[in-house]
Amino acid sequence: MHRFANPNRFLRLGRAVLPWSAGLTVLCLAAGLYLALFVSPPDYQQLETVRIMYVHVPSAWMALFVYSSMAIASATALIWKHPLADLIAKASAPVGAGFTLICLVTGSLWGKPMWGTWWVWDARLTSVLILFFLYLGYIALNNAFDDPTRGAKASAVLALVGAVNLPIIKFSVDWWNTLHQPASVTRLDAPAVHSSMLWPLLLMALGFTLFYVTVLIFRVRSEIAAAKIRNIQLIEARE
Amino acid sequence: MSEFFHMGGHGIFIWPAYLIAAAVLVGILTHSIITLRQRERQLETLRRERRGAADEDET
Repeated sequence: MHRFANPNRFLRLGRAVLPWSAGLTVLCLAAGLYLALFVSPPDYQQLETVRIMYVHVPSAWMALFVYSSMAIASATALIWKHPLADLIAKASAPVGAGFTLICLVTGSLWGKPMWGTWWVWDARLTSVLILFFLYLGYIALNNAFDDPTRGAKASAVLALVGAVNLPIIKFSVDWWNTLHQPASVTRLDAPAVHSSMLWPLLLMALGFTLFYVTVLIFRVRSEIAAAKIRNIQLIEARE
Repeated sequence: MSEFFHMGGHGIFIWPAYLIAAAVLVGILTHSIITLRQRERQLETLRRERRGAADEDET
C-alpha cells in the first residue's frame, strides 16, 4: 500500500486549494465575461464577432496547456514511476478534449461570418483537429486494457509522441501560408492587442486555467477512489 | 436590449459560441463531481462491509 502514501498529500492539498480555485474561477470568468460582452469595443474590421475571440483564444491556449501538462505528467510517470502522475494525466485528458472542442466549434462560428467558411484545411486548423484526435486516442487507449497500469503506460507513450504536434500548432501560422491569422499575444515582442481587448482575454484565460485546476482536483480524487476500490476488489478476489 | 442580442447581425454566431462553451465546461464539471460522489460512496460501502466482516471474524 506504500504506492498510495503520496495521494494523501495530494488529497490534503486539493482540499485546501479547492475553495480558492473554485471561487477565483467564478470571479475571473464573471469579470472576463462582463468585459468581453459589455465593455470591450467592437473591432473596426470584425465588428461584434470579435467577441468570439474571448472564448476561442483562451480555449485554444488551454487545449495546448492541458496537453503539455499531460505530456509532462506522462514523462514523470514513465521515468520516475510516480503513481500520481498517471492519474493527473488521465484526469486531464477529457478537460483538454473539451477545450479543444470549444476551440474548434467557436473557431468555425467565427470563421463563417469572417472568412465565409466553416472550415478550411490550413495548417493551424488541421493540426488542432489532430490534437483533438490525440486527446480522444489517449482516452481510448487508457481505457482499452483490463490492467489499468498497462493502459496508463500505453497512453503515456502516446501523449509523449503526440507532443510533437504542440510546436507544429504554435508555429503553423508562421511556417505555412494559413488562413488563420498569426500570433498577436504570445510573441517575443509585446502583444499587439489593445488593453481594452487584452484584459478580457487574459481574465478569461486565467478563469479557464483555474477551472482546469478545480476540475482536476475533483477528477484526481475520483481516480484515487477508483484505485482504492480496485485494490479492495483485488484483495477480496484473492480471499 | 434586442441590439445586444442581435450584435449587429452576428448574434447568431456569437451566442451559440458562448453557450456551447458554457455547456461543455459545465458538463465536464458536473460529470466529474457526480463520478466522484459515486466512487466515494462505493468505497465507503466496501470499507464498511470489510470492517463488518473483520468484526465478525474477531468475535
